[in-house]
Amino acid sequence: MRILVVEDDKDVAGFVVRGLREAGHVVEHAGNGRDGLFMAASESFDAVILDRMLPGGVDGLRLLETLRAQKNAVPVLFLSALAEVDDRVKGLRAGGDDYLTKPFAFSELLARVEALARRGKGDGPITRLQVGDLELDLLSRQVKRAGQKIDLQPREFRLLEYLMRHAGQVVTRTMLLEGVWDYHFDPQTNVIDVHVSRLRQKVDKPFPSQLIHTVRNAGYMLKAEAA
Amino acid sequence: MNIVTRPGPAGPDHDGEAAHVEALGVALGPGPDAERLDDAKPAAAPAARRGPRGSAAVLRSAGVRFAIVYALLLALSTAALASFLWWATAGLLDRQTEAAIRADAQGLYERWTEGFLPSLIMTIDERLNENVDDDAIYLVTDDHYHKLAGNLPFWPATVTQPDTPYPLELLRAGGKSVARVEAFDLPGGFHLLVGRDVRVRAQLRSMLTDALLWALVVVTVMGIAGAAVVRSMFRRTLAHVSETSAAIAAGDFSRRVPLVGRGDEFDLMAETINVMLDRIEKLMDGVRQVSNAIAHDLRTPITRARARLEDAALHADSEAELHAAIERATADLDGIVAVFHALLRIAEIEAGSRRSAFCSFDVAPVLADLIDLYGAAAEEKGLRLTADAPPRLPLYGDRDMIQQAVANLLDNAMKFSPSGSAVRVQAGVAGAWAEISVTDAGPGIPEAERNRAVERFYRGETSRNTPGAGLGLALVQAVATLHGGELVLSDAAPGLMATLRLPRDGEGASAAQPAPAQARVVLPEGHNDLR
Repeated sequence: MRILVVEDDKDVAGFVVRGLREAGHVVEHAGNGRDGLFMAASESFDAVILDRMLPGGVDGLRLLETLRAQKNAVPVLFLSALAEVDDRVKGLRAGGDDYLTKPFAFSELLARVEALARRGKGDGPITRLQVGDLELDLLSRQVKRAGQKIDLQPREFRLLEYLMRHAGQVVTRTMLLEGVWDYHFDPQTNVIDVHVSRLRQKVDKPFPSQLIHTVRNAGYMLKAEAA
Repeated sequence: MNIVTRPGPAGPDHDGEAAHVEALGVALGPGPDAERLDDAKPAAAPAARRGPRGSAAVLRSAGVRFAIVYALLLALSTAALASFLWWATAGLLDRQTEAAIRADAQGLYERWTEGFLPSLIMTIDERLNENVDDDAIYLVTDDHYHKLAGNLPFWPATVTQPDTPYPLELLRAGGKSVARVEAFDLPGGFHLLVGRDVRVRAQLRSMLTDALLWALVVVTVMGIAGAAVVRSMFRRTLAHVSETSAAIAAGDFSRRVPLVGRGDEFDLMAETINVMLDRIEKLMDGVRQVSNAIAHDLRTPITRARARLEDAALHADSEAELHAAIERATADLDGIVAVFHALLRIAEIEAGSRRSAFCSFDVAPVLADLIDLYGAAAEEKGLRLTADAPPRLPLYGDRDMIQQAVANLLDNAMKFSPSGSAVRVQAGVAGAWAEISVTDAGPGIPEAERNRAVERFYRGETSRNTPGAGLGLALVQAVATLHGGELVLSDAAPGLMATLRLPRDGEGASAAQPAPAQARVVLPEGHNDLR
């Protein structure tokens, strides 16, 4: 994927750019808002990582507003030290698709950017998800693995749906809290791990191969063995 | 007796030549005006201390402006009072004299109709003889203005129109005098002149004038003195406030504006300022306490992370060991970041800026979701998580905040509960409050420490060895305060019962104030999607 990083801090930018390249992405970097706007407007990217506070007269919010005014719908993730709820709301209102506050774990950033970049690519509403021999029917709300029906609680169904929609990608605990439970805080109790492990009991345990993988220091990933 | 007349100048004397004795008594006696001035005298003693300043600077002083306004108002009201007094007395005397002259002339005319000229002359002579005050003036002439009877030697040249009052200057035995006369035409071409000597009244009038002029002088003096007093009072009162503010600006937070004790507006202002200062002091204490706590409580994890990194740099034998050390240090730093995040969140809630996201919502499904989220984890720990909530519990507030507050209470309860015990979540209505309580069977918090338990970085003796930074209850407390509610900690014997009491919304509250409840729903459009 082609990703643009607009970030003025050299250390942070270097770290992010290196990490994204290691993950197999093509990365461009702009050190100020003006260059960032120019590049985002003139080239095509799959996602933009955007700092809020930038030198050069164009800050992140203005950059994004200008971009959206030009009908440019590239997915944008804000990466900012402005951490208050109001800042977050402002960023999302301006047209941002996600908001991550500094300091951040790179795994979280990577997972979110990949999720964003892939989100826009669905063609039409999906009624059926399939990963390996696991099938999930969104209309009849049925889950089958290797032709065998699996009974899930409503919340487990939504958790599995989220994992399958992001199949092949790392999904962090925070993303699950936001995406499945619509919570915007991190509980101290390891609630997510327990829910995932329960889901595993039903989806993976009775079968020879594992689909839900734990990614150390990051989160979870659902993928078929072969992939 | 004869009186020498001189044509008097008709002009300034025309009005109010006369003064009535009774009226003067009212004017010169110790009337209400005089009393007020006397009262003001002792107050004028502490005159203003006026510093050597430029006139522009003096005018810029609010005290001086108040003083000037005071003096001007006093002068204006005195002038108004004097004018009224003057008009009332002088005007009354004039009208009375004219009425007397007309009554006199009417009587004489009746005599004329009864016995013509001889009867009239006789009556005039009689009246002149009987006139004790020696103030009556009569003159009867023929059609050529030749005197027939009376005490004026000749017809005054200025008196030309009948039935019109004229002023007349007289030369009498006692000296100059002033009179008021009026001419009447009699049948047969005879003329009658009736008048009154108003010398005594004129004297009274001049006394009144003098008295009023003196009063003006006194008022001016009083005005200046009073203005000085007003200004110095103003300055003295403000001096307290500015002294106190200056002391506080210099760092002495114990100072307060002294109260005069009269309960007046200045006292009210001083009290308001003092309440504000109390609040500021409390906030300052809070800040100091938090910064101390940060300094102490963050030093430990920072030290740990630093030690790990340095130790690894110096002693790591293998790359794997180095990696492990770095990872642990990163985890330590993440913990520090989490503490900062929690602190900022509490500060954000306490600042109250998020009230804009308040709306009416049903807290029952929120609780059900939380139970669902924590239920699995509780089971894993061998705890029984039970819930007892009504199907609907409307609240007015920030959904996310209340969610997080209850989650914090659940985190705490699960952290301190011994395996095999129960964690109970109860929700319900108690009067004007909606209550959400979380009860555990853990060690609880000793009564003496419960007040401190909601402070930032509080860690109970029994929780020293559990993970956490001691910010959970502080956040719940901040959420409760922002919503106008409270967090009540009580003994569940054994364990702790933490009750979040929030003002109710919905049927009861919206019936009491239907309009705001309607408006509230509109405010936070889709804020849940935005966060």
